[in-house]
Amino acid sequence: MTVRTRLLRWSFWIALVGFLAWDFVRAPAVDLRHEPPLIAAGSGQVVQGGHCSAAK
Amino acid sequence: MKRLPLAAALAAFFVLLLWSVSVRQAVLFLVGIGFGAALAGARFGFTTGWRRLVEQRDPRGVYGQLLLLALAASLAMPLLGRFGELQAALGPPSVSLLVGAFVFGLAMQVADGCGSGTLYKAGLGVPLNMAILPLFALGSFLGSVQVQDWLVLGQVQPVGLVQAWGAGPALAATLLALLAIAGAVRLWVGPDRPLFEKRWVWGAVALAVLATLNLVVAGQPWGIVYGFGLWAAKGAHALGLFDPAQNAFWSAAGNADRLAQSALLDVTSITNIGLLGGALWVSARKPGEAKQLRAAQWAVGLVAGFVMGYSSRLAFGCNVGAMFSGITTGSLHGWIWMPMAFMGTLLGLRLRRRIGFA
Repeated sequence: MTVRTRLLRWSFWIALVGFLAWDFVRAPAVDLRHEPPLIAAGSGQVVQGGHCSAAK
Repeated sequence: MKRLPLAAALAAFFVLLLWSVSVRQAVLFLVGIGFGAALAGARFGFTTGWRRLVEQRDPRGVYGQLLLLALAASLAMPLLGRFGELQAALGPPSVSLLVGAFVFGLAMQVADGCGSGTLYKAGLGVPLNMAILPLFALGSFLGSVQVQDWLVLGQVQPVGLVQAWGAGPALAATLLALLAIAGAVRLWVGPDRPLFEKRWVWGAVALAVLATLNLVVAGQPWGIVYGFGLWAAKGAHALGLFDPAQNAFWSAAGNADRLAQSALLDVTSITNIGLLGGALWVSARKPGEAKQLRAAQWAVGLVAGFVMGYSSRLAFGCNVGAMFSGITTGSLHGWIWMPMAFMGTLLGLRLRRRIGFA
């Protein structure tokens, strides 16, 4: 593995972890009292996640 | 990197999710790791499968994909019929879909990786795919910003086969259609070609099981592109480059909420992160190949990555969100996506040869 490839790989993972950490810190605290159900199927709750197929 | 420290890092992230986000997201992270391990371990590439079919008349990749679609549909459709909470991947048949799927199919051959392929190859440490990923995200974000303008060109309401016909008939129609494709492929390659290869078969079985888990736990099918668009939207918003309140897509209630929340609460983001982690784990034993590319090949690959992100939003998903999840959950748009992307691929392969990609 070349030095450049190694550098790119480390940069990639550092950028990803950095982005997630920054986003977690700047976002409002997670409301742990209102967790989504562990299993959506049979929970009776409407799913509200974003999906690629949605037009909105 | 050694597997032990890597496993420890993944376990630490799992515990963080469990403790600070939600049990569901922690479980979905594990599902994502499974996706990454299966895709990277089996080198299960949608792009490669199509390319080998066209260029070498080798049907094994496409047969693996057809097996995956058949297995996943057989699991997903009865579940969708039984549990009202579960949602299908319903995208609107539209001009946007036709253009987006065609361009995506073209670009994925040039970039040598579809949505899932780019992600797992980035996790494996393939330089071009790692570099493509941020551009894919940027393209996906821009596509989401403009998708409403594209929809004005013409659309009909999403069609869900399970909702329209019921789970049984929808599944029967889906399996028959897949069988027809398998027959057409068989005619194209001739009678002497082997149809199945071990890695494609175990990859298909593993992915079908994991996709079903994703559906049951998250309540929605496996997706990839939405998460990337969300990440780029967060960046653009933080830099003051974009006002979500002025955009139809990002001002919609659910999207605006997810823009404000941590990405760790988003279903697609968390499975994407897991997928990268799973592929990284596989790379400790089976590292990705780093081909030497010329500057022009790098430039073309990066542009193709951006185009792929943009077009995947117009197409209401990539090979995973639109084709795989669309077809297996009975969405008509998945059946439109596949032939359009295949036609794009035929052009993309010519372009790929012209650029000199092996």
